Amino acid sequence: MQFLSQLETGQRAVISAIEADESLFHRLSALGFRVGKPLSIMRRANFNGPLHVRLGTTDVILRMNEADRIHINTI
Amino acid sequence: MKRIALLGMPNTGKSTLFNRISGASARVGNWPGITVDLMSAKILLGGHIAELIDLPGIYDLHGFSEDEQVVRHFLTNNPIDLLIVLLNSTQIDRQLSLLLQIKKLGFPIVLVLNMADEAKRAGITIDTESLSNALALPVIQISAKYGDGLPKALDAATQLINQQQTTTNPQSINLLLQEESQIENEMEALIQQHVQVPATLTDDTTDKIDRLLLHKWLGLPLFFAAMFLLFQFIFTVGAPLQGGLAWVLDLLRTSLLDPLFTNSPTWLSGLMLDGVYNGIATVAAFVPIIILFFLVMSVVEDSGYLSRAAFLMDAIMAKMGLDGRSFVMMLMGFGCNVPAIMGTRIMRSYPMRLLTMLVIPLSLCSARLQVFVFIIAALFSPKHAPIVLFSLYVMSFFTMFLTAVLFQNQYKNTEPFILELPPYRFPTLRQIVLRGWQEVKYFLNRASKFIIFGVVMVWLMTNFPSNVAPASIDTYAGQIGVFFGPILDPIGINHELAIALIFGFVAKEIVVGALAVIYGLQGDALMAQMATQIDWVQAMSFMLFTLIYTPCLSTIATIKNESKSTGFMWLSIAWSLGLAWTVSFVFYQSARALGF
Repeated sequence: MQFLSQLETGQRAVISAIEADESLFHRLSALGFRVGKPLSIMRRANFNGPLHVRLGTTDVILRMNEADRIHINTI
Repeated sequence: MKRIALLGMPNTGKSTLFNRISGASARVGNWPGITVDLMSAKILLGGHIAELIDLPGIYDLHGFSEDEQVVRHFLTNNPIDLLIVLLNSTQIDRQLSLLLQIKKLGFPIVLVLNMADEAKRAGITIDTESLSNALALPVIQISAKYGDGLPKALDAATQLINQQQTTTNPQSINLLLQEESQIENEMEALIQQHVQVPATLTDDTTDKIDRLLLHKWLGLPLFFAAMFLLFQFIFTVGAPLQGGLAWVLDLLRTSLLDPLFTNSPTWLSGLMLDGVYNGIATVAAFVPIIILFFLVMSVVEDSGYLSRAAFLMDAIMAKMGLDGRSFVMMLMGFGCNVPAIMGTRIMRSYPMRLLTMLVIPLSLCSARLQVFVFIIAALFSPKHAPIVLFSLYVMSFFTMFLTAVLFQNQYKNTEPFILELPPYRFPTLRQIVLRGWQEVKYFLNRASKFIIFGVVMVWLMTNFPSNVAPASIDTYAGQIGVFFGPILDPIGINHELAIALIFGFVAKEIVVGALAVIYGLQGDALMAQMATQIDWVQAMSFMLFTLIYTPCLSTIATIKNESKSTGFMWLSIAWSLGLAWTVSFVFYQSARALGF
């Protein structure tokens, strides 16, 4: 099992599970994070900063804390 | 009067649409059930006067963010006649969920799909007619930025409002809101049937710009360079404007007001001219800077760069309980605290806004710089001057970070840090100018009375009792200085300087002028006199105190308005006074102990 936070820049993956409390889950799903959705890592900020993720037509930045909640399978 | 609410996700151009419909008539108002202010405007719609309310941008009606709660509380406390739901055409594949949630609640809706121009460029085609039939509500594609399609959208709104006999019932909405629904599936089906989205967006300009501006090593230097340029722009353009405004106000006083009050008693002319009129002048001095600041900020914000700044600075700021957007405002505070505090409104998390508002007043603004330059010139050699000034800047940053670290648990940000990066966009001139104008109106409405009152109070304290010399030890201000002697003596601040600190409470710009009145001398003579009365250790202690304690009345007024909490305002004053005293005490006593 892999987390979104472990993905390298440029890698693509499919979301396999989202493990979050209700409020975070809502926010994630409103931004397009849903099980089965493909995504890719555009870049990572220095010093363990946020991730820049692309899902379909949407670009999102999120901290590692939040990225730890998202399980993925690389493709 | 009909009531129309405008609702949509963040970054859909909702404010642009609101400004386009309302023009400059918008005002800020309070609503039942919610604690934040919402913008609203009276508009003419098919013979009715209707009130249009701009609700905060939300992702999800059932979400738990503060904005989402505001929208829910608004809809369950205020009956409305129509909802205009605004979605971004280029992201309709995921934004449609919001519409379906709202539709379930039975609101009369006009669906407006914004950014038709961007969708066209990205190759996304939406069959609005068939989508309209499937949803059983009017669907209109527009470009709020350029105004395309807007008349059509307003026509649809008018038609629906004319058919509508009753307003929505907030109670039944409240009940319906509690039911969860099969929105996911319905959304998928609708998108598959009516919308075609290409696999990747054809417009890759944003990607190219991001590759440079978010570059691993170049990103931060470019960010600082950009901030520096914006800063320079605001204050090089702003200074002559402020100077011009001061000249006009001065002219008005000498040519019109002074003659008018020559025959009135001294106390009346003093109260009206040195009290009330100076208060008005203090308020006016902020107008050019606020306009310029928000001209620049709306470019930064609307262009999409602000979220990028958040990305770049987040790793460092997160350790202090803040994020990259706070950092932009903290930097801007070094020009002027007032617009920087107003600018914190871009942050949606209330605790994080409070923390940022607590930190900003510690930044060494341009008004404080004037005081320091004067005192450094009087008490320090040209060789030492730059080091002294630099150490004050270092101290400013240090107190800011210290405050953030100490208070980050009090103002814990509970919202997850997940931000959308919108594509880069050019805001239109109209958007930029409207924003500057609205912010100034807001500042004048909310802050002017408070500031004028404060200036009058300080005038009273420094001019009464009436049988003593103004600003002398015998005035009320002087007596306060003497009273606080036991507290101020240990940090090397004598009674004269204490009176200057009381003046400095109004605005740091007038501290040097106040010293001139207190000592009865000006310019070089004042510098020479001060050099004989206080030594450099006292001067440094005075400057440290001036740097850290409450910046000015206008900042206090702004903190009170933006936080909507008098308690928070007092906390900010008490914290800065306490910290100022502690820092000055530690400095003064250790310098004396070391034999200086």
